[in-house]
Amino acid sequence: MNAATLGNTGIETKPSTHGALASYALESKFEFLRVLRTPAFAAPTLMFPPLFYLLFGILLNRGNAGAAHYLFATYSVFGVMAPSLFGFGVGVAIERERGWLALKRVAPMPPGAYLISKMAMAMLFVAIIYAILATLAFFLGHVRMPAVEWTLLGAIALLGTMPFCALGLMIGARANANAAPAFVNLIYLPMAFLSGLWMPLGMLPKFIGEIAPLWPSYHLSQLALMTVGQVPVAGVAGHLLWIAGFTVVCFAIARRWLARAG
Amino acid sequence: MLAIVTNKTDAAPAAAPLARLAGASKTYGKLLALDKVDLQVRAGEVLALLGPNGAGKTTAISLLLGLQQADEGKAELFGLQPKSLAARRRIGAMLQTAAVPEALTVGELIALFRSYYPKPRSVADCAALAGVADLLGKRYGKLSGGQQRRAQFALALAGNPEILFLDEPTTGLDIEARGILWKTIRQLVAGGCAIVLTTHYLEEAEALADRVTVLAKGRVVAEGSVSAIRARVSQKRIRCISALDSETILCWPHVRSVVRDGEHVEIVTDAAEAVVRQLLAKDANLGELEIRRAGLAEAFVEITREAEAAEAA
Repeated sequence: MNAATLGNTGIETKPSTHGALASYALESKFEFLRVLRTPAFAAPTLMFPPLFYLLFGILLNRGNAGAAHYLFATYSVFGVMAPSLFGFGVGVAIERERGWLALKRVAPMPPGAYLISKMAMAMLFVAIIYAILATLAFFLGHVRMPAVEWTLLGAIALLGTMPFCALGLMIGARANANAAPAFVNLIYLPMAFLSGLWMPLGMLPKFIGEIAPLWPSYHLSQLALMTVGQVPVAGVAGHLLWIAGFTVVCFAIARRWLARAG
Repeated sequence: MLAIVTNKTDAAPAAAPLARLAGASKTYGKLLALDKVDLQVRAGEVLALLGPNGAGKTTAISLLLGLQQADEGKAELFGLQPKSLAARRRIGAMLQTAAVPEALTVGELIALFRSYYPKPRSVADCAALAGVADLLGKRYGKLSGGQQRRAQFALALAGNPEILFLDEPTTGLDIEARGILWKTIRQLVAGGCAIVLTTHYLEEAEALADRVTVLAKGRVVAEGSVSAIRARVSQKRIRCISALDSETILCWPHVRSVVRDGEHVEIVTDAAEAVVRQLLAKDANLGELEIRRAGLAEAFVEITREAEAAEAA
C-alpha cells in the first residue's frame, strides 16, 4: 500500500500527543533544541555576565570580599536581563518579521504556548548564568552565605525573568528585526548602569538615585541586596508589587501591538 | 388542468459554504485593499483566486485566516470567527512569506504542527504527500528554496484540514515538485477537502481549479467556473505556416491580430471558421494548421484590461 494514497491509512486513529500540556512541552522542547543548535546566540549570552563579574566583581576588587558579595547580588540581576530581553526582543521581532509568527497564529497553537516556551528558555538561561556566577562568587570571590540565601537569590533571579520578558516582548512586537538588537542594547546596558548594578547608587550622582525606581532592574536589585544585609528601600512587598505591575502593563501593551501586527 | 412549470435553472441547491467573505472591505491607511468582496469556499472544490499584483488576493486570504480583521463586512470559517481555535483546528495554510525556524529538522517541524490538531496525519504521511520523505532529518535552514516550499506544504497538511489555503504554493518549484503538489491537491479534493489557491501560473489554475474568482484593485471582477470564465473570452487562436502577407490577413473580417513568427503566422479571431475558410482558399501551400481556444490566460488578461478600462472611465 503506497503511503501516498489517500484513505483511512493516512489518518491517525490513535490520538496524537494532542492536548495543551503536550503542546507546551513540545513547543518548549523545540525552542530548547533551536537555541542549542545556534551556539552563536547561546554562548555569548551565557558567558557575558559571568565574564563581567569576573572582571569587575573579583579581579578589580582584589581581596575585597564585601565588594565581591555585593556585586554577586547585583550581577545576578544583570544576568537576568540579557536572556529575557534578547530572547523576546530580538527573537520575537525576527519571527514576526519573517512570517513564522503568522504561520503559528493560523495553526491552532494553544495560546500561550509560544510565550511560555520562550519564557521557559529564558529561565533556563538565567538558571545557568546564576549557577556560573555562584560558582565564581564562591570559589574566586570567597563569598559566603547561608544556603537558604543562595537559593533565595536564585529565586529572585528567576522571578526577574518576568518583567524583562514582558519588556522584551514589547520591543519584539514593534521593532523590525534589524533594529531590535539595537533597541535591546539601548535599553539593557544603560538600565543596568542606572539601576546601580555595576556601581552602587551611593557612588553615583544623586539624580540617578532619584530616578532609579523607574527601572525594574532597580527593584530586583533591592530584593537581591537583602542577601548582603541591605534593607530594601520600599520593603519586599513594595518592590514585588512594582515588578508585578510593570510586568502586567508591558504584557498588555505587547499583546495589543502583536494583535495589530498581523 | 393546470400545468405546473418549474423553472429549474440550477441543478441542485449549492451546499453551504465552508468559509466565506461577505461584503468584506479592508483599508490599510489610504489604500483600499478590498472593496466589498464576496467569496465562497465549498467542500471538495478548488477555488482559484486570481488577479494582478496588489489586487487584494493575499488580503482576502488574511481575512479568512483571521490574521487581519475586516473593516466592513464579515469573514467566516465554518460559520465561526476565523480567529477561533475551533475554526483553526480544521484548516491548514501555506503562506507566501513564511520563514520557518532554520535550526529545526523537517520531521521536528511536522511533529510540532501535528501536536496542535486533534486528528492529525502521521509524519510519514505528510512527508509522502508533500514529497519530502527523504528530507525529514535535514534542518530546514539547509534545504533549497523549492524543498522549503514543499516542507511548508507538509506543515499545511499536518492537521488533516477540511480547508487548505495555498498562497502561491508552486512558486520556485521545478516541474517534478509541482507535479507532486498537483497530484496531492487532486487527491485531497477527491477526499472532500476544499482548497483556496492563489497563483500567478494560470495553467495551474486551469489544471486544478473548479471555480475562479478574479480580483482587481480590491474588487471581484469575474467569478464562476473555469469554463465560464474562459467563455467570456470568445477568441480562438489559429496558427499555421503560410506565405500570405500579415497585413493582408489583418484586413480580413473578424481578425483581431496577426503575428508573424518566421514561417508561422498566429491569428487571433472571434470567428475561426470564417478565417480558416479564407486561409484554405487563399493559400494552397498552407501547412500545420492549428486552432486553439482561448485559455484562462487570455481570458484573464482580457478581464483585467476591461476592469482597468472601467475604472479609468
